[in-house]
Amino acid sequence: MRWRPRLAEGTAPVLVVLALLLVALAFAGSAYSEPAGYLALLKRAAPLVILAIGQYFVIVSGGFDLSVGSLVTAEVVIAARLIDGDDANTAWVIALLLGFGILVGLVNGLITTRLLVPSFIVTLGMLLVLDGAVFLWSGGAPRGALSPSFRVFGRGGVDVPVLGQVPWSVIILLVVLIAAVLFMRGGTGRTLVAVGDNENAVRLAGGRVEALRLLAFVLSGVLAALAAILLAGFAGVSAQVGQGLEFRAITAVVLGGVLLGGGRGSVVAAAAGALSLEALFSLLNLLGVPAALESAVQGVIIIAAVAYANLGGRLRLRKPSPSVP
Amino acid sequence: MSLLQETPSRPRRASSVRARRFTLTPTTTVYLALVALLIIGSVLVAIDGGVLLDQGGILNILTRSTVLGLVAIGQTMVIVTGSLDLSVAYLVGLCSLVAAETMAGSESMMVPGVLLALAVAAVVGLINGLVITVLKAHAFIATLGIALVIKGYLEHTYTGPAGSVPRTFQHLGYDRIGPVPIAALLMLLIGAGAWWYLRRTRPGYHMYAVGGDLEVARLSGVRTGRTIVMAHVLCAVAAGLAGVFLASRLGSGAPYVGTDAGYDLESIAAVVLGGTVLAGGRGGVVGTIGGVLILSTLDTIFDDLAVDPFFKDVVRGVVLIVAVALYARRQLAGQLSGRSA
Repeated sequence: MRWRPRLAEGTAPVLVVLALLLVALAFAGSAYSEPAGYLALLKRAAPLVILAIGQYFVIVSGGFDLSVGSLVTAEVVIAARLIDGDDANTAWVIALLLGFGILVGLVNGLITTRLLVPSFIVTLGMLLVLDGAVFLWSGGAPRGALSPSFRVFGRGGVDVPVLGQVPWSVIILLVVLIAAVLFMRGGTGRTLVAVGDNENAVRLAGGRVEALRLLAFVLSGVLAALAAILLAGFAGVSAQVGQGLEFRAITAVVLGGVLLGGGRGSVVAAAAGALSLEALFSLLNLLGVPAALESAVQGVIIIAAVAYANLGGRLRLRKPSPSVP
Repeated sequence: MSLLQETPSRPRRASSVRARRFTLTPTTTVYLALVALLIIGSVLVAIDGGVLLDQGGILNILTRSTVLGLVAIGQTMVIVTGSLDLSVAYLVGLCSLVAAETMAGSESMMVPGVLLALAVAAVVGLINGLVITVLKAHAFIATLGIALVIKGYLEHTYTGPAGSVPRTFQHLGYDRIGPVPIAALLMLLIGAGAWWYLRRTRPGYHMYAVGGDLEVARLSGVRTGRTIVMAHVLCAVAAGLAGVFLASRLGSGAPYVGTDAGYDLESIAAVVLGGTVLAGGRGGVVGTIGGVLILSTLDTIFDDLAVDPFFKDVVRGVVLIVAVALYARRQLAGQLSGRSA
């Protein structure tokens, strides 16, 4: 028996793009001639990939989560204030941060499912509330400091025999990714995709649409908290740490071929989309493209990717049914 | 295009409900809420020892409303068509720069500056529309992509304010009749024009049709692509006007004047607050202007009460969610009573 990887529909193109980018990186920079360079890239990309996985759950079930960027900022500001540089506080603050992520996800999900407000509006409102509330609480600027044991997750690593030092964030990322893949292959994950595709069909088939939607928002919230922990360790405390991350995460998910509106796409592709985006930024950096133009390139690329996916998909769909006018 | 729609579309029985009794449409609700807000705000400010609706207060509310109003009027057309535009914030900054740099302080260049800024805006809107209709990209991604392209251009080319407008042109930003700024009147005039276009012309009706159901509109013979492109061009021109007004107000063009105020998401919030359904097909400009006035009245009240500026964002977020939840509830209640009758 030959083992063939089972790839979900639409995963292949983004993996090809990712492979091309990684090869291009090897040619462009000497740092990428050995595994350490790629590990550093993975470490840098880990927060965005985790955010994209969380965003994937919401998007594939037919929603949007615009609140993750401000949630990341909120978590980082809260962490710095509560830890205040003391190692003794690390453990309970991490638990509290994950709890806060779950809480925000719960509120987003409950308002979306119970009050029937579109998730775009709910999470936009949440974005405003979080932005305002955090700075109201901290008095306008982040205060306090992170402890060394908190920053280990974003900065430190463990020694592995063959690879050398593997960053904690890469290990956390792999655990999250494997858990997400297993979840999406199980019954709950499949029903989640079905909710995005046809909510009424799931409801008529006895699926618990509201509970699944709620679950997607909670997962997005808790993963955003996790991403914030890694990002705070990696980049330190700032009030701008989460700015624009919501759009970047959505871009990554869409780059992975996941359909906005739900019902199509795989979680591996979403993660690969996030990694591609980060690899692209590294490549542009190595090629000496000014940082200011990065966003312009990003803009052109997402439009091109979506256009390619849609036009390609339409041509493929048209072929088998020539009789339909 | 209406992929933002989440609740299953149930049969709409609004007409039969309206025939039986007087119902509060979202538009009337918005204005009732505005009046209530003005009364409560006046009382609160009076307790604090001030007057909310004196000359300065009215001027403040209307000035705040002008820019957001212009952007939101355009956004209404796009959202009614079932699309949305995330590029308006950067476009406002770009147009303020184009206008100010073309004028470069000389009075003879005033008209060319305004026209060039509006032309640039129209081209950006055209690109938005074509990416959505021809390349079949989701409006969210298409306009986000264009926003990123404009952002890259602005970051690459400008480090701060640039260009300058002649003294005469600043009259647009600062002249007023009594407590009413001329620019606010112009904004209301443009709002009236947009209302007339949406409610009294064929292309306007087509926008509602396309936003209500793209496929049904297409099968009914509406040129859906043309309608969507038109909505995006008009929205971009409205954002361009906002940029021109800001240039006149600030005396020069500023690259981040639109994003600092968050006009992309703020304008969507104002439109939705005004009772327009995010999925398209329902709502209008009148409600949007009400929504804009509510947001700027809230800001003015908080300023008068010297409330922490961060608290404003919290209240804004809560008001937005509560308002849309109320609309959703009423729509649902209307449908249920219509069904049981």
